[in-house]
Amino acid sequence: MSHIAARFEALRSRRRVALIPYITAGDPEPSVTVPLMHALVAAGADILELGVPFSDPMADGPTIQAACERALRHHTGLRHVLEMVSRFREQDEQTPVVLMGYLNPIEVMGYQAFAAAAHRAGVDGVLTVDLPPEEGRDLVGALKEHGLDSIFLAASNSSEQRIQQMSASGGGFLYYVSFKGITGAKQLDVDAVHEQLKRIRQHTDLPMGVGFGIRDAETAAQIAAFADAVIVGSVLVARIAQLADEPERIVAEAPRLIAQMRNAMDANGPLAATN
Amino acid sequence: MVTQTGHAAEALKLPDMPDAGGHFGVYGGRFVAETLMGPLEELREAYEQYVRDADFQAELDRDLAQFVGRPSPLYHAERWSRELGGAQIYLKREDLNHTGSHKINNTVGQAMLARRMGKRRIIAETGAGQHGVASATVAARYGMECVVYMGAEDIKRQTINVYRMRLLGAQVISVESGSKTLKDALNEAMRDWVTNVDETFYIIGTVAGPHPYPAMVRDFQAVVGREARAQVLAQAGRLPDALIACVGGGSNAIGLFHPFLRDAQVALYGVEGGGEGLESGRHAAPLCAGSPGVLHGNRTYLMEDEDGQIIETHSVSAGLDYPGVGPEHAWLKDIGRASYVAASDAEALQAFHELTRLEGIMPALESSHALAYARKLAPTMDREQIIIVNLSGRGDKDIHTVAALEGLHV
Repeated sequence: MSHIAARFEALRSRRRVALIPYITAGDPEPSVTVPLMHALVAAGADILELGVPFSDPMADGPTIQAACERALRHHTGLRHVLEMVSRFREQDEQTPVVLMGYLNPIEVMGYQAFAAAAHRAGVDGVLTVDLPPEEGRDLVGALKEHGLDSIFLAASNSSEQRIQQMSASGGGFLYYVSFKGITGAKQLDVDAVHEQLKRIRQHTDLPMGVGFGIRDAETAAQIAAFADAVIVGSVLVARIAQLADEPERIVAEAPRLIAQMRNAMDANGPLAATN
Repeated sequence: MVTQTGHAAEALKLPDMPDAGGHFGVYGGRFVAETLMGPLEELREAYEQYVRDADFQAELDRDLAQFVGRPSPLYHAERWSRELGGAQIYLKREDLNHTGSHKINNTVGQAMLARRMGKRRIIAETGAGQHGVASATVAARYGMECVVYMGAEDIKRQTINVYRMRLLGAQVISVESGSKTLKDALNEAMRDWVTNVDETFYIIGTVAGPHPYPAMVRDFQAVVGREARAQVLAQAGRLPDALIACVGGGSNAIGLFHPFLRDAQVALYGVEGGGEGLESGRHAAPLCAGSPGVLHGNRTYLMEDEDGQIIETHSVSAGLDYPGVGPEHAWLKDIGRASYVAASDAEALQAFHELTRLEGIMPALESSHALAYARKLAPTMDREQIIIVNLSGRGDKDIHTVAALEGLHV
């Protein structure tokens, strides 16, 4: 069983919904990333999603594009991101880490070389935004050889057949994109997301994470009532952007938002319902 | 002159490309976020249905004749050919199309498709502004809402085209992210599309992007090569020895090349933006000096660094200032069917002036790159040999750029 699958199983037995924050590696500067990862875990994160900066993040909104640009000013490339994960692992061997990014940096490194290096660094899963399962066979295979999960995005317009395909080649969890559009664009419709998750769960046994548009503790708690994981990106990255000129404050202050979400999810989620 | 010896006058055996998944060999494909997979499949189905539909084809032919002004002439540039002292140069006059470039061939076709798919809003990306103008033009004609994304840098150097688009009723959105050029405009248009996909049709202007765009845009542009092939046979009684076209994304080049792909005796040359020279690193020539990667929905040659980040391109011509290239060109390069070379900014400007003064035709700076290579190639060939250059656009839009380079303000 993969580390991510094991983590979901452990959470399920504790009736806890996973909270997965996203940060862009190297944003606003490389020295912030590893301490921030630890601080996010301390604030209640169960899995970490670490963004690999890319010059052309086509599926992301202005918030994450700006984060990529800040990180790239320090030339934070895929190799540096893997080094950061290695350093994180010196103190935390348990919390699963998922890399999220675009295919080209992985193409350039080479699938086999990347999979081996990611495994050595302690990465557990890889979400490649612009790699649908049809094009993903080789990378998925290389990752699988090294025990890494490929995490796919599912959308409201994904056909049943495509969800089955993602379920068969993917691992860890399935990331449900809660609306059509780019990251951070708008508030989501919780009831519509709930209906979609019911539909998708008929075709997969993978845990379901929900991301895109979760901006506050209240929404996080509402999603936690029916999802297996709540994924929080743009609102956290926007907080980091506000503090970009005072990076020494980021590690102390940015995770507060995650702690608030954790509290709301635990008070309101399935755990509370059964108490 | 390098002739394709060994298989002269016989049909080359080339597989039909792309495959069902949109691949040209290892290139092409569909590398997009999940939300776009459904809409792209819907587009592919609609395109494959209408491309075989007699009514659609009849309407397209009528529009190309009566709205665009096709066929465009094939013009024998006798004076320039004599001056160069070698092969006879023929110019395929896409500059004479309505809106001034080949771009309209594709926007007419895609707008017709958009109407049949029930989409009321079209979006487009543009570099030099030619595709933006061509998109705004068809939107005006059909009464559709039109939004054009254009890099802030390009807006500065193509003011006339920006104003033309606004006159036509389009909204031009300045893209301030990244390098503020064509690639960033494409990112922004993709973001618009993924957000508004239900009512919006994205008219991509070149033979790049996710499947089916490279094949669809090629098919709409292949009218250029079909006409040129019939015209040269009628005028000169034989096939040309070489075709030359500039390559940014590569739509005018594929349009000219495609109907000649299996003519073994016809050499194909794509000319990329050499900027300040390939050795300077400041250029826009991914096929000459780049490496394979994945960007904007397809695998192709890219200008990228060792971390896989896309690097900024440099060309005097906004339409060539793009770090990728259509996947079919990547495939044609790898199989050796087409050769890709670069012309520098200075060489393109020289050709711009020469054609203007010797033939009374002012070419676009993009097309001037193709002319620059014709200047080099023609003198190495015999007087009986024939080169066709795709004169993909007219130069009116570029006179400010040319004047500024000469220290003039017009």
